[in-house]
Amino acid sequence: MKVKLLYFAVLRDIAGRRDDVVEVPEGTRAADLWQRMRENHQALRDVAQPMTAINESYADADQVLRDGDELAFIPPVAGG
Amino acid sequence: MSYFTNEPIDPAALVRGVMRPSDGAYVLFEGVVRNHNEGKAVESIDYEAYLPMAEKEMAQVVADVRAAFPEVAVAVVHRLGHLVIGDSSIAIVCASPHRAEAFEANRMAIDRIKQTVPIWKKERGPDGEEWVGWQCKHG
Repeated sequence: MKVKLLYFAVLRDIAGRRDDVVEVPEGTRAADLWQRMRENHQALRDVAQPMTAINESYADADQVLRDGDELAFIPPVAGG
Repeated sequence: MSYFTNEPIDPAALVRGVMRPSDGAYVLFEGVVRNHNEGKAVESIDYEAYLPMAEKEMAQVVADVRAAFPEVAVAVVHRLGHLVIGDSSIAIVCASPHRAEAFEANRMAIDRIKQTVPIWKKERGPDGEEWVGWQCKHG
């Protein structure tokens, strides 16, 4: 199945792009994709799982993803 | 209606849009770009948001404030893009028949917005640039 990953703020700088569509096996959780990002980017190696949004709502990182989901890792927010 | 703008904020318009004849007070809060943060000089800030989600989260904050203070009318606008020293990044107006609720509601609104709405800022200064809240240094 396919999942869309969105990158914001510092994660966009690190990933070098705004989004990705990734092919993942059934049963993949958001946390698995964070693990993959940490493995792919040295700058994230020691960074704990940030808040996670699935389809524009905060979600548990252990939530199992579904085909077509839009996933975003939310770096520390700094509004106001 | 959007809670976000790329243009300078007009607080007077925000007040006009929220005041009812029954209101005896309004509290206006503006967050302003300052020239320092955590001991470092700041020259400008770039704000960005995960827009569709940020609109929803902002609406949730407003709904929660209205639930906590039923007599209070709330208006919020957050600016995005490139801001310089002295620019307002956010304006919140809480109007109420009485002042106490307006003060409390405004404080609740800004505190909640800072906790939950997916907005980020990159500070730029003579020492480089940095995403606020991120432990690594970039740029």
